Amino acid sequence: MTSFNAKRVRSDIPQLNRVVFDHPITYLDTASTSLQPNAVIDAMSRYYQLRHANVHRAVYQTASEATAAYEGSREAVARFINAPGGAGEVVFTKNATESFNLLAKSWGAKNLVAGDVVLVSEMEHHANIVPWFQLREQTGIEVRFIPTTDDYRLDLSGLDELMRGVRLLSITGMSNVLGTINPINELAAVAHRYGALIAVDGAQSVAHQPTDVVALDVDFLIFTGHKMLGPTGIGVFWTREDILDAMPPFLGGGGMIADVRTDGYTPANGPTRFEAGTPPIAEAVGLHAAVLYLEGLGMTNVVRHERALAGDALTRLALDFEGRVRVIGPSDMTDRGGVISLDVEGVHPHDVAQVLDQFGVCVRPGHHCAKPLMRRFGLAATVRASYGPYSLTKDTDVLIEALGHAVKMFG
Amino acid sequence: MSNLGSNLDDLYREIILDHYRSPRNRGELESPPAIRVEGFNPLCGDEIVVYLDVEDGVLKNIKMTGSGCSISQSSASLMSAAVKGKPLDQVRATVAMFKELMTVQESTLAHDGEAPKVDIRALGELAALQGVIKFPVRIKCATLAWNTMVQGLDEIP
Repeated sequence: MTSFNAKRVRSDIPQLNRVVFDHPITYLDTASTSLQPNAVIDAMSRYYQLRHANVHRAVYQTASEATAAYEGSREAVARFINAPGGAGEVVFTKNATESFNLLAKSWGAKNLVAGDVVLVSEMEHHANIVPWFQLREQTGIEVRFIPTTDDYRLDLSGLDELMRGVRLLSITGMSNVLGTINPINELAAVAHRYGALIAVDGAQSVAHQPTDVVALDVDFLIFTGHKMLGPTGIGVFWTREDILDAMPPFLGGGGMIADVRTDGYTPANGPTRFEAGTPPIAEAVGLHAAVLYLEGLGMTNVVRHERALAGDALTRLALDFEGRVRVIGPSDMTDRGGVISLDVEGVHPHDVAQVLDQFGVCVRPGHHCAKPLMRRFGLAATVRASYGPYSLTKDTDVLIEALGHAVKMFG
Repeated sequence: MSNLGSNLDDLYREIILDHYRSPRNRGELESPPAIRVEGFNPLCGDEIVVYLDVEDGVLKNIKMTGSGCSISQSSASLMSAAVKGKPLDQVRATVAMFKELMTVQESTLAHDGEAPKVDIRALGELAALQGVIKFPVRIKCATLAWNTMVQGLDEIP
């Protein structure tokens, strides 16, 4: 059973009670990091108050509770994305960026050789670009980019040409700048037809829409806890069991071994092979609580709510500013999420964000770790507003009022 | 604008907005003989190119191109107006005074952003930038043109 009421979600988030410069906070930076409900904060707090111990080590009662809590979180995450092999396919990392490094430095370094192609897109976050450039320096792979159309979509017109020599298509589910939702299903079919695998950057998409890795038919899924109402410090790397089993260890140390001798070591099996050192236990507990909270809301309800907010915002931005505020992203809600990047004519994004801050409005100015995309559209930066399950129409009201002041001030 | 709060009024003084809308000394100088230096703020993507024409120990002319926020662009414009035609020792003295103005001292922050002890009258129009220190994130914007110019001055044989 799910039930969704954005006002109730809002009342669950303590930080939304903040007052900034005499204004109630208007939080529109969920694409950067989401705010946490009490359920998450309390779960982590209770863990530290009652059950903290290291995992996979001791035999005492609290240690087994901590281990059960940590592994329970893995099961919840597996369920949330419908991992066919269950918890054994879910690796916990530090964040999505570390997950991409795991993909490139473990799977990539083992399976790719000079001349092999990793196909990414122009709208990727640096996390899905830089690790591939690093691998290129080591092995001589080619990193190729799918271009972006003038209406902010993947340009798939030359896809068959682009797919030549591709071993991995690594692509974002939802652009963190444009809000564009990419046709992952279709791309997975193409990748597999060419004998390539497909990895999806779900940092934005998993937090805002239902995700089913079986239905999507993808091979890798990467996302992070703090963008889906969970804590910072925990990321997820999912792949099918057969692929995971064939991947060499990534970071070395305690926890990831089956045996260590003076002449060498034997790595552990399963996800722990990739989890060297004491893992983020409290963060896993928090992520578990976030998953339960989102399941309670229902991801189809979340996506419906955020689509309605973003659609309303796009309409009003177009009407209220008569072209002075340009949306850098699709102008309607077709295959689009609640991330809205803005270019305010004649006003630098930092100045816009500074004025908005005085109204308690939290938005992100900058290049959003997507400089190739910024270059593509001739921009140094944008102002980005992004919605979450706790967002309300009144957030858009304040945004538009504050934008009006910025336009007037610098006009 | 008063409804935006005194903080923002302090940052975006009328002089700053004026220099942002009508920047002084925009353009290029032939290089060589002029010294050409580029400056970048990798965090926000702001960039600036400064051209310095130095003759007999005097900064005879200064021109700039580039793009950025109102603080970086107006600071560049105000700087050019303050140093153009001045002997180099005076230029360096002005730089030192401006750097002092932009130095956030812990005591300053603790006392609700009062300006550091700089002779404000000696700064002339540059004093308009003192509100920036209340917004530590923006200090890098204000100092971009200055650091770039200093880099150019250091290239003088």
